[in-house]
Amino acid sequence: MATAHRHIITLTITAPGSGYPAGLFAPSQLRVASGQTTVLVGTSGSGKSTVLRVLAGLQEVPENFTVDGLPADCKRAYMTQDVRLLAWFTVERNAGIGGRLRGEPEDPERLSRTLEQLGLHRDAHKYPGQISGGMAQRTALARTLLESADLNLLDEPFAALDAITRRNMQDLVKQHFDGKTVVMVTHDPMEAVRLGDAIYVLAQSEPGGPATLTPFNAASDDAPARAEQLYKALQSS
Amino acid sequence: MRALITFAGLCLFWQGLVSAFDMPHYILPGPGAVFQTLVSSPGLFLKHGLITATEIVLALIIGLAAGFGTGVLVWQSAPAERWLWPLLLASQAVPVFAIAPLLVIWLGYGLASKVTMAVLIVFFPVTVAVVEGLRRIGPYWPEQAKLMRAKPWPFFWQVQLPASLSTIGVGARIAAATAPIGAVVGEWVGASGGLGYLMLHANARMQIPSVFAALFCLLVFTLSLYALVNLTTRKLLFWTEER
Repeated sequence: MATAHRHIITLTITAPGSGYPAGLFAPSQLRVASGQTTVLVGTSGSGKSTVLRVLAGLQEVPENFTVDGLPADCKRAYMTQDVRLLAWFTVERNAGIGGRLRGEPEDPERLSRTLEQLGLHRDAHKYPGQISGGMAQRTALARTLLESADLNLLDEPFAALDAITRRNMQDLVKQHFDGKTVVMVTHDPMEAVRLGDAIYVLAQSEPGGPATLTPFNAASDDAPARAEQLYKALQSS
Repeated sequence: MRALITFAGLCLFWQGLVSAFDMPHYILPGPGAVFQTLVSSPGLFLKHGLITATEIVLALIIGLAAGFGTGVLVWQSAPAERWLWPLLLASQAVPVFAIAPLLVIWLGYGLASKVTMAVLIVFFPVTVAVVEGLRRIGPYWPEQAKLMRAKPWPFFWQVQLPASLSTIGVGARIAAATAPIGAVVGEWVGASGGLGYLMLHANARMQIPSVFAALFCLLVFTLSLYALVNLTTRKLLFWTEER
């Protein structure tokens, strides 16, 4: 795990505030380091996706949120579990959609290299209706990777997958997002431990109360033990 | 095959009615008499059928293009929606029959008045289908487009338009099925040719088998046009066939 990373983004929640979503959060802070994968883990409804959407610029920054170190021109990519591939384009065309929508000249070499890295090259000419859920997720991953974004935001991207496919996808994320700035949201402690360079727990101290972002520091280096500690941290919240 | 069986069944029912009530030819001719009229003067029906077919096809092309353009404008621009939408609704509140004589006075007895009449009927369902189709996309892709810094036109052609094609296809099919109404109404009000003109002419002379023969020609053409539009829509929506 890298240690001397420059913090590029700091999201500070100053007061509980009022109304939605401000009232959801208690004063706390999230620090996202460049080149690292920061994982937000929390139970359903704790506000993980809200934090991610604020960072993505898809949701207005609530009054009690301050976001520093995130310039307006920061290029962001956002991947969710619902990948919504375009049914009228092949896997290859879906993966390269970002460049085409910007009107950029195509880079077939980079595209085919990315598809090959993700094991999609043999199915590059298939349509979304002809591929499995796992392949659709890999296509969306290729689409996200090809964006070469400054900040990659992954919102429970593998929540709908079976255990084996999920594990494979985690390996691909680990491999291909290495050295890139990633903020990922999950409710799975094991996934958080496997992928996160830094982990934050987003949890409510009392049922129905505002959620707090707390950095998670495990006492053990052993992944299953860390996952167990994280699971207990979530349970006790 | 199903269509042929249905057609044969309807003809049998029709002939049964004529025989059971001993209908005279000038009230309700049997399918045999209609067929005989049709084959006895094919040139006449072909000549008038071609006139009506030209009016319908032209109206469909113009109506689809105008409906598409207006639909995109209404979807894209809030002021256009505010100003155009009441006018569009008002245009539908006025019965086509009421303005048909005016169109004949303004545009003459030729093709233009019939095409305009049919365009007026076709235009609205196409516009509504385009607007609704374009609005159906949901928030996911517009959000992705924002993050991808997509340019408006590539996004429109590659994402927005294909996503709305199935709804637009519904509008196109309605247009294909209703365009003949406008053309025939136009011919009834004032024309020197066409199946509507032929029907009116034959009706005045109590040549009821000719009225039915002209109706049959119109029916065959409308069904063929609908099938063609349906096939084109399905070809364009190839991905829905693969499931």
